[in-house]
Amino acid sequence: MRDSSPRRAGRRGHRPLTGLAAVAALGVALTACGAEDTGPGDGADTFGDALSGELTVFAAASLTDVFAEIADDFQERHPDVAVTFNFAGSSELAQQINAGAPADVFAAANTATMEQVVEGEGLDADWAGEHGEHGLVFATNTLRIAVPPDNPAGIGDLADLAGDGVQAAFCAEEVPCGAATTTAVGASGLEITPVTYEEDVRAVLTKVELGEVDAGLVYSTDVISAEGRVEGLEFPEAEEAVNDYPIGVLANSGDSALAAAWIEAVTSAEGAAVLTGAGFGAP
Amino acid sequence: MRPTTPAPTAGLDAELRLTRGDFTLDVALSARPGEIIALLGPNGAGKSSALRALAGLVPLTGGHVRVDGADETTTAVEHRPIGMVFQDYLLFEHLSALDNVAFGPRCQGSSRAEARSRAAELLDHMDLAAHAHSRPRQLSGGQAQRVALARALAVRPRLLLLDEPMAALDASTRIDVRARLRHLLEDFDGVTVLVTHDPLDAMVLADRIAVVESGRVVQRGAPAEVARRPRTSYVARLVGLNLFQGRGEGETVALDSAPGKDGADEVARVTPREPYEGPALVAFPPRAVALYPEHPHGSTRNVWRLTVEGIERFGDQVRVHLTGPLSLAADITPAALAELGLSRGDTVWAGVKATEVECYPG
Amino acid sequence: MTAQTPDRSRRRPRTPVPRGRVRRPRAGRVPWILVVPAVAGVLFLVLPFAGMLVRAPWPTMGARVTDPAVLAALWLSLSTATVATVVSLLLGVPLAWLLARTEFPGRRFVRALVTVPLVIPPVVGGVALLLVLGRNGLVGQYLDAWFGLTLPFTPAAVVIAQVFVAMPFLVISVEGALRGADRRYEEAAATLGADRVTVFTRVTLPMVLPGIGAGAVLCWARALGEFGATITFAGNFPGTTQTMPLAVYMAMQRDPEAAIVLSLVLLLVSLVVLATLRERWVNAS
Repeated sequence: MRDSSPRRAGRRGHRPLTGLAAVAALGVALTACGAEDTGPGDGADTFGDALSGELTVFAAASLTDVFAEIADDFQERHPDVAVTFNFAGSSELAQQINAGAPADVFAAANTATMEQVVEGEGLDADWAGEHGEHGLVFATNTLRIAVPPDNPAGIGDLADLAGDGVQAAFCAEEVPCGAATTTAVGASGLEITPVTYEEDVRAVLTKVELGEVDAGLVYSTDVISAEGRVEGLEFPEAEEAVNDYPIGVLANSGDSALAAAWIEAVTSAEGAAVLTGAGFGAP
Repeated sequence: MRPTTPAPTAGLDAELRLTRGDFTLDVALSARPGEIIALLGPNGAGKSSALRALAGLVPLTGGHVRVDGADETTTAVEHRPIGMVFQDYLLFEHLSALDNVAFGPRCQGSSRAEARSRAAELLDHMDLAAHAHSRPRQLSGGQAQRVALARALAVRPRLLLLDEPMAALDASTRIDVRARLRHLLEDFDGVTVLVTHDPLDAMVLADRIAVVESGRVVQRGAPAEVARRPRTSYVARLVGLNLFQGRGEGETVALDSAPGKDGADEVARVTPREPYEGPALVAFPPRAVALYPEHPHGSTRNVWRLTVEGIERFGDQVRVHLTGPLSLAADITPAALAELGLSRGDTVWAGVKATEVECYPG
Repeated sequence: MTAQTPDRSRRRPRTPVPRGRVRRPRAGRVPWILVVPAVAGVLFLVLPFAGMLVRAPWPTMGARVTDPAVLAALWLSLSTATVATVVSLLLGVPLAWLLARTEFPGRRFVRALVTVPLVIPPVVGGVALLLVLGRNGLVGQYLDAWFGLTLPFTPAAVVIAQVFVAMPFLVISVEGALRGADRRYEEAAATLGADRVTVFTRVTLPMVLPGIGAGAVLCWARALGEFGATITFAGNFPGTTQTMPLAVYMAMQRDPEAAIVLSLVLLLVSLVVLATLRERWVNAS
């Protein structure tokens, strides 16, 4: 399962990554103490500064590729900064953060999980005062009907999924893509019973890629990442369930300035271009 | 079974040859129906291998096995006309005594009821009816042995094989169990081959004995014959005789130079009961040896001056090991020992009457 | 060469000894060098469980446990694990016999293969099963084309996934028992006219029954806890393929307390079942 795709390392890879993150965070804590005295005065004035230290970002698994790309650019600008990621399901990350996992930034795949963190561990007060108490929405993601390239069941729109003998895979309601699916299907007024509620959107994609189901509801970013192994069909009801990706500096961040700089990079024009290229929509 | 065809050679005709590593077994056995043959020998002599070869549990590298004229050399174990009693009896722990005995008939295609009734009959015959529903572990050693025998007989074998049937028993129960086994074996009309390292088992149970040493039969004969005229020092030790090899020269037998440490230069002579000419074996029992502090007078023909090598208790007697021109054992009473005041290294005169000395072709 | 040893008669008295009244020399004090690691081991295994007990939402426990969705998942788990164990017995015991009792070319290779499911992550096993038995799989496409049979997303797929990951435990356990069994009993049966099948069913099987029991328990327990291969191959649909571990995982996404409740239920039921079975075997043997 741990194949070459870094995204795959997402959910099941989070435990070893957490360990790494913990070690990295320790480093952050240590260097942060030293950096405190010379701390930058203004969070906005980050570009061009000689930022240094270690940054730990907890991000939804669907951000794996884009964040890695943004990090390359970020580290080029700030060679003394080391960025460590923990990619996993948003709700797992929220639980880890609320259980005290050391992280500077949390980027969630939906607002609900961000809310868990806001109510739990909390966001950095200064940052939240400036950018919003519920985090800053930096990207959106929209559902698509994923079908195998040859589309054997001839799926054209959402209503086709309700057809007899059509096998569909949905995300489980408990995970963000499942919640969005429920909203979209609810908006359509259709009665669609899938054959399976998958544990995450990647699993839905796998089932479609292997042709085990005729169709699955996934995000536009997932269709892009599948590189032609599935075809993505837009459908109008998806607009009812656009998924917002919020990001925020965490209250227990060891270096909120560095964390804020990362968020600046994500929301910059360059960052937005990377996100769009991966299939994300603008907020 | 086949009255129209007279059995060519009823009974057992076997030549067992097998090689395994350095060990070579080459044993020929034949027996008439109803006969009981004992393979007697030390551990590692190959007697158990011979038995397993008869059963088909180990393949032969040469030779043959014929039972009642039918060649069984390459027959699979389960199709041989055999019954086997194993050393630890190997009763199936998960089955009652009755079902253990019924196992064979069931395998041979009898219905459950037939098999059980045959088993009950056999157990009854062996005075085990009361234990039919006992589990093997609830049985005494003697009872387990009889269940094992019943189980082996239940398949109506033509060749009954017993591997050390007494070895798993307490010394205290052995005498009774042995006598009882002999009685039961007498009822069996096929050939019985039993393997034992205990000469007493062989003497009591068998009609004929084959002594196996290092994979070969070194002596065959009726138990009394083997007991009286052993042919190897192993057999002599087993049957408790002093045995010497020599050459008959009329009145006396000149013994081959004994391996004794001292005094071996002197040729020892023994006067047997009867004159003998030619290569001879000479045997006499330790209890026939009398010890004297000085050269005895009288009719004793064989007198040697020997050195005490060791003394040990032997039943209610004392066994004195002596060496000199010849080495022998003498059994005397503790009283006699006290009177002689012997200890290791003392010299003493040993005498044996010629009438006690058995001489036979060597 | 010969089987007997001279002191056998002394070593194995056949006189029955009343059980339970055997006098044994009193055992000395248990050495601390064994006790300390043993206690540490128990704590290590039990403490996470204690953590769950502490965090469990006791006031709402009753209502949560009797939730029809929970009961459906529990029933599915128990029934599929049991069926998987039966299938594993039917396939695994003969396989263990073949490995323990026969010589064939590549036997060592086959034995290594048997342990493959223990080594690979179950999710990989699930993907592998999809690739073979899925609707477009190597074998699955013919099942679909010839019999209209699709396995994924059915309870049968749950069982298949469980058999895949759990059967090695059974095979290894039974093979060990077969190797430890006294083969002379099998020889005794052969001299009584039993062919190899009869020897196997009437003598060998009863002899290794404790080993089979232990293997079946391990197998059942592993099947009951199966997650990765199941969710990948069988999917996740309440009442059809959502077993307790899947339900626990899904609950964890939204309501960790519910996940704790489900885990405790699974744990409790399996402990009761295993303790009952163990009791029965200990008394039987």
